[in-house]
Amino acid sequence: MLETMLLFCDCFLIMSDKTIDIDYVAKLARIELTDEERVKYSAQLEQILDYFKKLSAVDVEGVEPSAHAHSIYNVWREDVPTAGMSIDDALLNAPAKRENQIVVPKVVDDA
Amino acid sequence: MSEEIFYKSVSELDAMLDAKQISASELATAYIERTKAVDDKVGAFLSYDESSTMASAKASDERRSKGEKLSALDGIPVGLKDVIAVRGQKLTCASKMLENYVSPYTGTAARKLQEAGAVFWGRLNMDEFAMGSSCENSAFVKTRNPWDLERIPGGSSGGSAAAVAAGECVVSLGSDTGGSIRQPASLCGIVGVKPTYGLVSRFGLAAFASSLDQIGPFARNITDASILLKTIAGYDNLDSTSININIPDYSAGLRKDSLKGKTLGVPKEYFGEGVDAEVRKSVEDAIALCKSLGAEVKEISLPHTDLAIPVYYIIATAEASSNLARYDGVRYTHRSKDADDVLSLYFKSRAEGFGEEVKRRIILGSYVLSSGYYDAYYLRAQKVRTLIRKDFEDAFQSVDAIITPTSPTTAFKIGEKTDDPLAMYLSDICTINVNLAGLPGISLPCGFTQAGLPIGVQLIGKAFGEAELLSMAYAYEQEAGLFNKHPNL
Amino acid sequence: MEYEAVIGLETHVQLKTNSKMFTSVAYKFAEAPNTLTDPVVWALPGVLPVLNYSAIRKTIELGLMLGCEIPEITKWDRKNYFYPDSPKNYQLSQYDQPLCLGGGVEIEMEGANGSEMGAHRIVKLTRIHLEEDVGKLTHCAHDSLVDYNRAGTPLMEIVSEPDMHSADEVFAYLTSLKNTISFAGLSDCDMEKGQMRCDVNVSLRPKGSDKLGVKVEMKNINSTSNVRNCINYEIKRQKECLETGTPIVQETRRWDAVLGITQSMRNKEDAHDYRYFPEPDLMPVKISKELLDSIKANLIEMPFDRQRRYMSDYSLPYSVTSVMCHDRQLCEYFEKSLKAYDKNPKATANMLVNDLLRELSASSDEETQDDLVSSFDADAEKPVENKRRLDDSCLLTPENLAGLVKIIDDGAISKQIAKEVFVEMFNTGKTAEAIVEEKGLKQNSDSNELEAFCQAAIDANPKAVGEYKAGNEKAINALIGPVMKASKGKANPGMLLGILKKLIK
Repeated sequence: MLETMLLFCDCFLIMSDKTIDIDYVAKLARIELTDEERVKYSAQLEQILDYFKKLSAVDVEGVEPSAHAHSIYNVWREDVPTAGMSIDDALLNAPAKRENQIVVPKVVDDA
Repeated sequence: MSEEIFYKSVSELDAMLDAKQISASELATAYIERTKAVDDKVGAFLSYDESSTMASAKASDERRSKGEKLSALDGIPVGLKDVIAVRGQKLTCASKMLENYVSPYTGTAARKLQEAGAVFWGRLNMDEFAMGSSCENSAFVKTRNPWDLERIPGGSSGGSAAAVAAGECVVSLGSDTGGSIRQPASLCGIVGVKPTYGLVSRFGLAAFASSLDQIGPFARNITDASILLKTIAGYDNLDSTSININIPDYSAGLRKDSLKGKTLGVPKEYFGEGVDAEVRKSVEDAIALCKSLGAEVKEISLPHTDLAIPVYYIIATAEASSNLARYDGVRYTHRSKDADDVLSLYFKSRAEGFGEEVKRRIILGSYVLSSGYYDAYYLRAQKVRTLIRKDFEDAFQSVDAIITPTSPTTAFKIGEKTDDPLAMYLSDICTINVNLAGLPGISLPCGFTQAGLPIGVQLIGKAFGEAELLSMAYAYEQEAGLFNKHPNL
Repeated sequence: MEYEAVIGLETHVQLKTNSKMFTSVAYKFAEAPNTLTDPVVWALPGVLPVLNYSAIRKTIELGLMLGCEIPEITKWDRKNYFYPDSPKNYQLSQYDQPLCLGGGVEIEMEGANGSEMGAHRIVKLTRIHLEEDVGKLTHCAHDSLVDYNRAGTPLMEIVSEPDMHSADEVFAYLTSLKNTISFAGLSDCDMEKGQMRCDVNVSLRPKGSDKLGVKVEMKNINSTSNVRNCINYEIKRQKECLETGTPIVQETRRWDAVLGITQSMRNKEDAHDYRYFPEPDLMPVKISKELLDSIKANLIEMPFDRQRRYMSDYSLPYSVTSVMCHDRQLCEYFEKSLKAYDKNPKATANMLVNDLLRELSASSDEETQDDLVSSFDADAEKPVENKRRLDDSCLLTPENLAGLVKIIDDGAISKQIAKEVFVEMFNTGKTAEAIVEEKGLKQNSDSNELEAFCQAAIDANPKAVGEYKAGNEKAINALIGPVMKASKGKANPGMLLGILKKLIK
């Protein structure tokens, strides 16, 4: 985990020339693409990313990022437990279940 | 029943129900029949449940007969965009991914409507997961614009707008991430309100982009929209981004003279090249009308406007890529039958369950967050978002509201832009800034093209300035008198 | 060449809160599958997280105890990765603005023997952040089952600097961390219940070098002995690699407790592209000086500080304090006892560490016999360590224990009798006085009666008396037994010798 933090470096240069590695991103997103989709999306995303380039011209020196529409703090709740959900509700839409649990294909350590 | 009943306002129907001129059950039956009669053409509904609607209507009649009316909405048929969770009802988000999903819980806005006695009527069509501007991205139904069935109703809340415009429900709820309430309201000739971010709880709204999404009302006039907004607004301890402020009685505060002495800002960036001549003319007429009602009009500048599209599409797709990760084939969604391990279960279920635009946005969002690109895209977009917020803060130092077109064009033909995502994204230019700044925006009818297509004008207000904004919109609406025009179906 | 191991730990500790980290449903260990969930836990469409204030406060509390800096602003981020035990397919964690920064954990190495204190030092920390736990997977023959009960439970991640050099140091670190956290009541840190788990990073470098070697990570090790074995194995393996010139791969390895070896896990190509970004559904937290002051005002004394205080203020031996200061209940019991009677802290402490712990353990053995079957989970969950802890169910109160120490000091009963009284007090909850009174156990100091017992003993043992008279002083001891027996153990031993000597003369 710590080494990924180091990857957070400034890399504005990458923005201009690199093309999108559609297979890598589709894998991150866990979406299988057909060959047709790969070609189509690549081209469309290139075009969109090209349009996004206008952002790199903006001077953002000293500007704080906005993660939210408003700057408020300390929204929390007290630690008071409430009743949960019934098993029937919880498993209402389950695509596969057994012994009140969700069934998935056998997980090997690194799914 | 005459067609007239379908275009009555909430307050008129409330008075009729009070006077026992009609019962909630009769009203519900009328709307069910109306829907069955016209929705083949309009396609606003994804599904409906007549028996639960009739049961709610009956319960309303019992309350009203005992003098225990819960609110003006008691017994009024309200449609919901199929992205708002109600226990026991389907919640498909117009996606194959959730085709058979039934929500086991009720979200806050829907709960507040139930507590006000509203009768839910139908699950309304939308772009899949609220991603789109035309409603063409629904996995199930093509919704048509009631004013011209060859054209799109706008999106993503196209079903909610079309249903209200076509008299298939009295009012409805939609959601607005980049214009998804205001743009279809404009294109369908009705009122749509995007509240200040944090005014209405998002608990129970299937998320598209968490920092931009808001639930808001569709209605045929400002008064109805005010009643509906008041009902669903307010702090919710289940939504950490909802704000704890007092909610005034918006409809009680509506004044015909509220534009008098107000300053309206006209941002020059919103009247550039892409705006249709007829739209520009109509909005300029609206501005002139406001002036005649005592408003001072002032040209202003929102200099970062043209950056809103990249900022919006970076932030919204990044958040969406993460928000939609839960639709994975494991717990409650579509699961591919071809998967033999967990990895292929993810890949195939998501490939089968998501439509084209949703996949495109998830991939774009994953890309802008991925290692090596975060700073250049996502972080930078958040910083420019700050600049966009500041543009509005500066503007509101000297104006009370900002007036713009809602959409640069009127409703386009079905299929016209489906192969050009960028062109589709560019059509959001007038609305997305408001979401990025978290401000309230209202779209209301301001005229028609020669071909008879509705045109909308947008009023943008200060954060949590809904009361003032709705009142200004009301003053314009009462003078413009466009609310009595309805499509011929 | 001599090598030095460099070891860092990421320790996950479940916080003891009433409800989950981002939603209000409760969490308990070993409940029936999927009974502790709500729409938020399942990540149903439309749900949103809300922070648990208590979890934030508790994490700050630990941070302050460990000398961390508490930054004014803290926030949560999404860590995006797909796994079936993670309902949202992102984990809410803290990326670049954690709750606590820096700080350190005081550790004690093993001393030369049980009665000598070992060396102490501080292991440096990088940070502590607050995140959520995932659900539990059970692997069956052909598929896996997912239970989301544990998903969303508050989890502190305590990240150490690569500041340890042996398995023993890591053991000392975990022991100290466990003591501190459980003393403060923040978690029970029961590794068997998964309340404490750790990821271990090990690298080797030539002794004296300050460059770090290639790091290998071992994930989710679930007992202190496994941690020790795993590290020892890994150090040995890496040393062999270095000696034979086999390159060490930067990777994640799995500890196989059965085989006693670490094994390489399949490489995840995109495993480290977590696409962290600030959680838009949660607002950041601003920590006020008032909050910090109020937490500081109620911090508990650190276990090692307490141990040092007991040793200096009460002259308690190291061996006694090292037992006591691992257990907050014992310490509190001790201090309550001293409040009632403070003349003999050593006797009080001894009685706690010897008699009370012995009786507690004996009574837990009995309970275990009955509960054994029901308390075992059928599947992978390991049986819980079944040592009965000192708690409210203990009938013997600290005040009553103080009373017992006092009447011994006063000479009212003998130490011999005291053992019997103690057991009775433990079993019934009665005061020492009441038991002594009831059973007539009061020490007999009636000189007339004692003289009669002594005379009888003298008469019955002419041989011993003769030897004593011949100059063998010790021979008189042979008479004490019969007297104690005749007095049913109640004869005041302080008086006996005098009487015997007087009578023999």
